[in-house]
Formats: sequence, structure tokens, C-alpha cells
Amino acid sequence: MHSPQPHLDSSAGDDWPSELYRVLKAADVRQMSYVPDAGHSQLIRLFSADRDVTTNVLTTEEEGVAIAAGAWLGGQRSVLLMQSSGVGNCINMLSLSAIGRFPLLMLVTMRGEWAEFNPWQVPMSRATQPSLEAIGMKVMRAETPEDLIETVESAAALAYESDQQIAVLIGQRLIGKKKW
Amino acid sequence: MPVSSQLDRRAAVAALLKHRKDTLVVSGLGSPTYDLHAAGDRDDNFYLWGAMGGAALIGLGLAQAQPEKRALVLTGDGEQLMGLGGIATIGVARPRNLDIVVIDNQHFGETGMQASHTGRGVDLTAIAAACGFAATGTARTIAEVERLAAQLSEPADGPRLFVIKVLAENPPRSLPSRDAVFIKNRFRALLGFAAA
Repeated sequence: MHSPQPHLDSSAGDDWPSELYRVLKAADVRQMSYVPDAGHSQLIRLFSADRDVTTNVLTTEEEGVAIAAGAWLGGQRSVLLMQSSGVGNCINMLSLSAIGRFPLLMLVTMRGEWAEFNPWQVPMSRATQPSLEAIGMKVMRAETPEDLIETVESAAALAYESDQQIAVLIGQRLIGKKKW
Repeated sequence: MPVSSQLDRRAAVAALLKHRKDTLVVSGLGSPTYDLHAAGDRDDNFYLWGAMGGAALIGLGLAQAQPEKRALVLTGDGEQLMGLGGIATIGVARPRNLDIVVIDNQHFGETGMQASHTGRGVDLTAIAAACGFAATGTARTIAEVERLAAQLSEPADGPRLFVIKVLAENPPRSLPSRDAVFIKNRFRALLGFAAA
């Protein structure tokens, strides 16, 4: 499901993952959990090197939904990183965030929607936004680095200050084409 | 096949929690939630009525956020079986203040007592040991549960998982609030976090 993606032809010239890291640190995020995606690799490296943030690598994405709820019970803010194929794994666990009104911020890199080579990524790509909305998540989307930073800033405020459950979808066009 | 346990789950949970002090407790859906409530409703209990497979991971997030306190996840065999991958995640995270106790009746008690995997050779303690847990074990008598309770009050080098084998029966339900927002805010308030 999570195929390696070592060579990225990034169309975004600027360093948006570092900017994203800065925004999440400013929002006082203290826990980060992830199932890897190449599009998140730099953000994962930045968080993993940060001794003030506890980082958890997951076997499946819904674990991160539960960790985020536990972190909040204990007074910490958590962010969850995944690719779009992982959204399907989360659906029932998202009941926890919805019914407990637990703040949740998910950053989802999209596959299967822009110059995708692997057709197996397409069905879940198509289902990502509708299934998140069906379980009650607010979905926001960014297609450019500038838009992404502003969107995540606003999503973090909505999640942690207003107890909302937010997924930010990061367009595959922004992440860049995978070279095979 | 080992002889099935005759241990009463409510007596086991009461003995386990008798000296819990300020340990934070998360209970998995179904009987463990009723067992925890029957042992005494407290602000530092978080009861699940859903999110199957998530109890131990909620415990992980909580333990990481509250490193000075101990966190205990009380769950059932069916609930933990749905979250097997989480045992690997917790083994890698290696929190020193998280314990998982599986109240194992070897059945899915909430849905008609269908047999689960743990009565057919699947050993959750062996899985936890293989995932690097600092300690594991199985209790089958009230004396063994009392020894386990004493062990839980001692510091640990990493996460621990214990199984308590109990009789497969459903005692009268003891129902906590199903309002997760209320339970969440009550829990957080005890730790000093005001509701927004």
C-alpha cells in the first residue's frame, strides 16, 4: 500500500515542509504520529529530531487517531501524518474523535489524483474526502505551498482551540510527480 | 487445552485496582468498561464504548503526555486482538509508565460469547514479549492478581502487558456515562486542564 517514493520531482521550489514544521511547533504540537509517505518525509525527519516532540511510527493509521485522543486527555496536542490510502483505515476510530469532540489534526498527502502511475492508489484517493466527511471530519485542501501553510495554520487553530476534527488534504500536484 | 479459568472478573478487577493510587485508567469497550465502573467511578477513569482496538493506543498518547504518572489500560481479549499492531507501536515507543491488562475470558462476551482467538492458542503475552515489552505475565487466581497489583505499583523499564484469565460470564452490567465529552472534560479537569 505504501510504496516507496524516493525520487520526487518537486514543483514547489520553496521549503514548505520546514514552514509546516514551524507552524505546527508554533501551535504547540507535542506529539506526532505517522505512517510514512514520501511527501511527508522531510516533516517526519524534522519531528523525529525534535526532543520536545514525541514521535510514534504506526503500523496502521487509526492508531494515530487513538494516540491523539490519549494525548489530549493528558493535556498535549498531537498531529497525525498519512497518505490518502491510510484514510480508509481510520474510519471507525474517527468515531472516538467525533463523539468525544477530541481535537484532531490530520495531514493527508494525496495519491492517485495527479499524474499517478499506480492505479491501485486511485480508488481510495477518490473515497478520501467523501469518507472523511461522512464520519464528520472537516476537510480542507491545499494545492500550493503558500496555501498549505495558511490552511494548516487555520486548521490547527480550529482543531486545538475549537475542538474540531480536521483533515488537510495536500494535493498530489503540490507534492510532485513520482519518478519510476 | 488448559483448564478454563474460574476467576470472577469483577473480583479480579477490584483486586487489581485496590491500590491504584493516582494511576490513570482507560477501559476498553464492553465488559472492561463495566468492570472499571463497578470498581468505583472516578474522574481519572476514561471509559470507552467504541473505538475497538484503540484502548491501548489511547493509553500510549496519555502516558506520553503524562510521563510523571502511571497509565493503565484495562481491556478485553477481543478489543486487544483488534489492535494487535498497536502492541508493536507501543513496543517501539517504549513508554515506562504504561501497563496494559487484558481481562481475558477467551470470548466476545458482548455479542453472545463467541469463542475468541485467545482460547485457541493465541497468546497476547508472547506477542507483547516479541514486541519488546519490559514485562509480561498471566494471572489465573486471585492470589496471582494480588501479586500482579503489587508488581504494577513498582517502576518499569518499559511497557508491560499482563493477561488475567477469567471465567466467561457476563456479570450484571455496571454502566458509566456514555457521554464521552463529559468523561473527557472530567478527566482533563482532574489533571488541571480547563474545558474550553
